[in-house]
Amino acid sequence: MIGKIRSMGAKFGIAGELIAFLWERKLWWMIPSITLLLLFGLLIVLTEGSALAPFIYTLF
Amino acid sequence: MDILGISCYYHDAAAALIRDGELIAAAEEERFSRLKHDSGFPTHAIRFCLEAGGIDARDLDYFVFYEKPFIKFERILLSSLQTVPRSWRVFREAMVHWLLDKLWIKGLVRNELGVEAEKILFCEHHLSHAASTFYPSPFQEAAILTVDGVGEWTTTAAGYGRGTEVTLTKELRFPHSLGLLYSAFTAYLGFQVNEGEYKVMGMAPYGEPKYVDKVRKLIDLKEDGSFWLDMDYFSYHYSLDKTFNRRFEELFGPPRTPESYFFTPSSGYPSYFGAKPPDYEEKARQNQHYADVAASIQTVTEEALLNLARALHRETGLANLCIAGGVGLNSVANGRILRETPFERLFVQPAAGDGGGALGAALWAYHSLLGKPRTFRMEHACWGQEYPDSEVRAFLEETGIPYTYLEDEEALIDRVVEAIVDGQVVGWFQGRFEWGPRALGNRSILADPRRADMKEIVNTKIKFREPYRPFAPSILAERAEEYFDLPGAAEVLPARFMLLVAPVREDKHEVIPAVTHVDGSGRPQTVVADQSPRYHRLISRFEEATGVPALLNTSFNLRGEPIVTTPANAYNTFASSGMDLLVMNHHLVEAKPNQP
Repeated sequence: MIGKIRSMGAKFGIAGELIAFLWERKLWWMIPSITLLLLFGLLIVLTEGSALAPFIYTLF
Repeated sequence: MDILGISCYYHDAAAALIRDGELIAAAEEERFSRLKHDSGFPTHAIRFCLEAGGIDARDLDYFVFYEKPFIKFERILLSSLQTVPRSWRVFREAMVHWLLDKLWIKGLVRNELGVEAEKILFCEHHLSHAASTFYPSPFQEAAILTVDGVGEWTTTAAGYGRGTEVTLTKELRFPHSLGLLYSAFTAYLGFQVNEGEYKVMGMAPYGEPKYVDKVRKLIDLKEDGSFWLDMDYFSYHYSLDKTFNRRFEELFGPPRTPESYFFTPSSGYPSYFGAKPPDYEEKARQNQHYADVAASIQTVTEEALLNLARALHRETGLANLCIAGGVGLNSVANGRILRETPFERLFVQPAAGDGGGALGAALWAYHSLLGKPRTFRMEHACWGQEYPDSEVRAFLEETGIPYTYLEDEEALIDRVVEAIVDGQVVGWFQGRFEWGPRALGNRSILADPRRADMKEIVNTKIKFREPYRPFAPSILAERAEEYFDLPGAAEVLPARFMLLVAPVREDKHEVIPAVTHVDGSGRPQTVVADQSPRYHRLISRFEEATGVPALLNTSFNLRGEPIVTTPANAYNTFASSGMDLLVMNHHLVEAKPNQP
């Protein structure tokens, strides 16, 4: 349980760092669309669980 | 001070541990997990490095990741937006991977290894590459060129290193990438991307660069060394399963059928392909076209690299050049850079690709960030795990495999040389395994380079490789110049790591035919007595017996598998192939009569 809480805490910390990073890179003008994309991405993750697409070359 | 660098979540995951600036251990994860090009979190490689250093992860002073995830994430988001809606599938897959794993690397390191957050650092991808080649080089001052598929945004970077500083002054950004251009042709020619690039390089000498003008339609080489791709021909920036598009196919014709047999009228038709197909002539003609395409992309890649190197020399005026990035493994291009640019000396680190980024990240933190002086020079590649005689014996005893133990080193070397001279193929396993993709005498398959048929024998018995792929020689460094047109060969460091192709001298083509490629070139590994004393003695003894100071050396693995790591891996590979003799340190295992 403590491990899970710690892990969640770490993830919140990293998410905060990501927002700070976007702000610093002057990407604030994109925040609405990026937030939408991220929410959309989260939906994909929650609905699909894993990725097994036969990609030929991951650029990510 | 202990610093661990890692690379993962892209291509070749790896870990490297440095202590007070000296390399203690480095290994790619695939060697332990047995998954070729394993890109997962390098748990095994980290464990090995920490054990080699006798420390726990909590004792580390710094833990350095080889790229900056947020910047890469930014590139994925922005490039997905630019190509919506075609990028939908790429975006979907990227989100799954990033939101589940890749964004949380810092949390993973904290939770799994117990490293404190403030000790976790991130180094940019191409800066890791640059550090991985400059800091281990013997140069106090050198120009630096890093070229690969893509890092965060950068695909190519140029700059210089001076003392403890590495400075990258120029960069080219995604999607304009020499690595991805080469990979598009790799896929077009029917090979797996990020795996078959060296097959394209091996195929090229069977063709004529007839389509250079067509390839130049895809890439515009500028006078300042930079280049620009015409993205109308590619789809890698928005597609998951295609790197090139219909326009590309209109230019070069339909792509080659993946993994189909490759043979041309001049390549011969090896026996392990079976009987010749009824439409042999037609297929050979078709393949000649693909060989011509391979020759053309190889030529243009070399031109692009020469262009970059010449521009960098004009800018820096330096005599030394350090190269890194996946394209740094293009040994033909490395040879031409050394011969045809004003740079006098070249250094390429054995793990020039993404695996090497782990080492670069650790060295960057120590020298660039902390300003500590340089003492380390990489003169050999044996930084992996060692399995002493006691472990080899325990394995053989446990599994009941009959073996001979030869404590007398000279008797053992005599026995191995006798087998090789007799035409046998020998599995040679000793010491720490190599860092990077090349086997350099510690996990190697050895054979007689004097026999023209040895290439087919090794292919038939063990490797089942495509016949156009050349085998390479290990040659005594002090004798290399007699066989290769490579001035000062003993001092050319990339040749110690088999990362440079040079012309075989004409009068030697017939002396070492099994390791002379169809175009008269060879990719020598120069063996230095100080660095590899036992391997040097073996080749010297072969020279005493035959007059030839070289052995055919190919990596100890079956096709599609990582190079062997443990005595068990070595024995399994030996037992499932047609090798005649297996030598593990001082233990000899002979092939059973019914072995394949």
